[in-house]
Amino acid sequence: MSETRAASAASDSSRTVAAGLLAWVWPGLGHLFLGRRGKGLILMGSILALFVLGVAMDSRLQLHLGLEDPLALLFSLAQMGAGAPYVLARLLGYEAGVVTSPNYEYGNTFTAVAGLLNILVVLDALDTARGVRGK
Amino acid sequence: MMHSHLVTLVVFSALVSTVFGMLLRDTPRERLKFALTAFAAFVLSTLVLGWLMNPFPS
Repeated sequence: MSETRAASAASDSSRTVAAGLLAWVWPGLGHLFLGRRGKGLILMGSILALFVLGVAMDSRLQLHLGLEDPLALLFSLAQMGAGAPYVLARLLGYEAGVVTSPNYEYGNTFTAVAGLLNILVVLDALDTARGVRGK
Repeated sequence: MMHSHLVTLVVFSALVSTVFGMLLRDTPRERLKFALTAFAAFVLSTLVLGWLMNPFPS
């Protein structure tokens, strides 16, 4: 009996970790994995739209991990919250942005907010997997 | 891309409000109500702040 419980707990734990990781890697994927299809698709559409519009508005996506400029570090961490779309956009050559563009600051805001919202989505996926949230 | 500040504001507010509604409420009706309220709060507060800042140009 206790072995069954331990196996069930391990399965729940791995499901929670998988949901959290998938949610970070691609916005909404964690909820799709948990069977929350509608919620996952709406979150995916909204966050991807924010991120893609941000990139289209000439956002900077440069990776900044040094402590000499804490605000740039926080900005990079916020954008990295978007997961694979951030990596893809960088690989496709959009990392520099266009500082002289009139939309540059708006683009930065869109991409950073997309990443920050996805962090909230990851936390929601973890709660859903643990059964803390019902829907 | 988007050259209108107002269009940018509306698009940003709509997308962020949608995510907030989905995350912070549990039923479709509550989500819609929350998202619409958040959207209105985003847009109206920005317009009000914009008008208040108008007499103080940089």
